[in-house]
Amino acid sequence: MAVLPAATDANTRAMTVADTRALRRQERARRSGTAGGRRIGSHVLLIIMAIYFVVPIWWLFVAATKSTGSLFSSPALWFDDPLAFFANVVGLFEHQGGIYWRWLGNSFLYAFSAGLGATIVAVLAGYGFAKYRFRGRTAVFGMILGSVMVPLTALVIPTFMLLSQYGLINTPWAVILPSLLNPFGVYLMRVYTQDAVPDELLEAARIDGAGEWRTFRTIVVPLLRPAIVTVLLLSVVGTWNNFFLPLAVLTNPDLLPVTVGLNRWLALSNAGAGGEQVWNLITSGAFISVVPLLLSFLFLQRYWQGGLTLGSVK
Amino acid sequence: MTTQAVDAPASAPQRPAGGQRRRRSGIERRQNVGWLFIAPFLVVFAAFLVFPLVYAFGMSLFSSTLATGTKFVGIDNYLKAFTDPLFLGGMGRVLLYAIVMIPAQLIVAGVAALLLDTLATWLSKASRLLIFAPYAIPVVIGALMWSFLYSPRFGPASTIFDLFGLDAPNFLSSDNIFFSLVNIVTWQWSGYYMIVIYAALRAIDPAIYEAARIDGASGFQIATRVKVPMISSSMIMVITFALIGTLQFFTEPTVLRSVASGALPADYTPNMYAFALAFSYSQFNYAATIAFSLGILVFLGSFGFLFLTRKQNGLK
Repeated sequence: MAVLPAATDANTRAMTVADTRALRRQERARRSGTAGGRRIGSHVLLIIMAIYFVVPIWWLFVAATKSTGSLFSSPALWFDDPLAFFANVVGLFEHQGGIYWRWLGNSFLYAFSAGLGATIVAVLAGYGFAKYRFRGRTAVFGMILGSVMVPLTALVIPTFMLLSQYGLINTPWAVILPSLLNPFGVYLMRVYTQDAVPDELLEAARIDGAGEWRTFRTIVVPLLRPAIVTVLLLSVVGTWNNFFLPLAVLTNPDLLPVTVGLNRWLALSNAGAGGEQVWNLITSGAFISVVPLLLSFLFLQRYWQGGLTLGSVK
Repeated sequence: MTTQAVDAPASAPQRPAGGQRRRRSGIERRQNVGWLFIAPFLVVFAAFLVFPLVYAFGMSLFSSTLATGTKFVGIDNYLKAFTDPLFLGGMGRVLLYAIVMIPAQLIVAGVAALLLDTLATWLSKASRLLIFAPYAIPVVIGALMWSFLYSPRFGPASTIFDLFGLDAPNFLSSDNIFFSLVNIVTWQWSGYYMIVIYAALRAIDPAIYEAARIDGASGFQIATRVKVPMISSSMIMVITFALIGTLQFFTEPTVLRSVASGALPADYTPNMYAFALAFSYSQFNYAATIAFSLGILVFLGSFGFLFLTRKQNGLK
C-alpha cells in the first residue's frame, strides 16, 4: 500500500522525479508487483468494516417498512410485500393520540433551545478567555478545563434532587437548563478564537472608538462563524442524544423527548402487555427520528469533521 | 469579582502605582470586561456543575429514613458504599468493560484511519462516511436497534448462522451479554474515534514518510513505527474520553434490560445502581453518595491516566 506514493495520494507529495523513479525501482525490486494486490486487500478490509457499521442502519430502514407480522416472519435484512411504511406512519399518528409526534417536537425544542443557549454562552466565554487578560483568568480557565473530566452523568441525580427543590421537575426547563453546560465548547471556542481573531484588529476597532460589545458583535462574531456552527451542531446533537437526564427529570409522557419515549414503548412491548406491543411503530418511529440527524451530519460534514478534531490536533 | 488574588498571567498589566494609575486604569478596566463575557458561563457552571456537586456531597453526609427522620451521619454512607458489594461489583464490571472495550474501539478506529490515510479513492471516502454513520444515531436508538438484531425472534442472526450450518448463540444470555454490549459500544463510537485519528494523521508532514521509505520501511512498518507514535497525543485524548464514557456506562445496558433483564441486574453499572437507588428505592442520600463516589473515581481515573501519559499527551 505504500508503493507509488506520489500517484496514490490525493495530496500529491513534493518529490522530485528522480526520487520517485529511484523509489519505484527499489520497491519493484523488493516486492515484485504485489502493490496492486495490497491496495485491493486494504480496500476489501475497509469495505468489510463499512458493511459491519452500516448493516444495522440498513436493517432499521428495512424494518421501518414492515408491519408487526412481517417483522417476525420475513427475512430481517430485506423488504417484505406489501410495504407497510405509510401504514406505520398512520399508526404513529393514531397510537396514544399521536404522542410520538409530540415527542419528536419535544426533542427539537429541547435540542435547539439548549443547543443555541449553550453555544451563545460558550462563544462569549471563549472570546472572554482568549482576548482579555483579567486577573484570575488562568485559574478560572484551569477549573473549567478540569471540569471536562467530571463525568456529566454523575451530575444527573444531584441535579434531579436540586431541581426538585425548586419545583422544576417535569418542566422543559429541567432538560434545557442543565444542557447549557458545555465546558468542552468553551475550550474549543477559546482555542479557535485565539487563532482566528487577530489582536491588531481589535486594537484598530478600539482606536476607531468602537465599544467592547460592538467590537464583539460586528467584528468578532463574523470571524468565528465556522466555529460557532460547529459548537452549535455538537451541542444540538448532544442534547438530542441525551437519555439519562430526561429519563430522570421527566415522568409526564407529554414532555418526553423521542429517545425516552421510544425506550418506554420498547420496555412495554417487551413486557408483553397485549395492547402495547407496537413493534412496527418502534422501528418506524426510530427510523423517522434518526433521519434528521443523519441528513444534517451528511450535509454539514465540513463542520463536524472540523469540530470533532478541533481539540485533538495541535 | 475583579480583585481575585490568583495568579495573573505575566502579560497582565501590573497594578499601577501613583501617577501611572490614571493612565493605566483605562486598559485595566477594559481587560476586566473579560469577566462580563465569561459571566454567563460561570453562572451555568456554578448552577449545574459546582452546586449539584456540593449539594450531592452535602446529601451524602446525611441519612434519611421514615423511622428516624434525617440525621447527620458523616462518612458512614461512604464506608457503606466502599464495602457495598453491589457498588464494588458495578465498579469492577465497568473497569472490565474499559479494559476490553477501549482497546477494541481503538484497534477498529486505528486500522480504519490508517487505511483511509493510505487510500484516497471514492470508495475509501464513502467507507469513511459509512463507518462514521453510527455516531449520528442516538445511543438509545442504537441500543434499541441492536436489541432487535440480537433478538432470536426478529434478528437476522439465525439466518446468517444457518448459512454456515450453525445455531445462532443467544446474544442476550448472561454468558454473552458482556460481548453483546461491547459490540454495541464499538459499533457506535469507533467511527468518531476514527475521524479524530484520521485528522491527526492528515496533519503529519508527508516528508517524514518519504524519509522512512528511502530508509526502506514498508507500508506496514511506516504505519506502526512512524504514524502511530506520531499521533500518540490524539490517541491519548481518545482513550481519555473513552475511559470517562465507559466508567459512566448507563444507556446501553439500561435499554437492553427490557429484553435481557435476567442477564442485566438493576445494579449492573454504578450509574444504574445510583439510578435504581434514587428512583426505585427512594434512597436519595445513598444514591447521592454513589453518584458522588463515581464522579470522584472517574475524575481521579482520567486525571491519573493523563498524569501517567504526560510525556506523550503534550499537556503539561
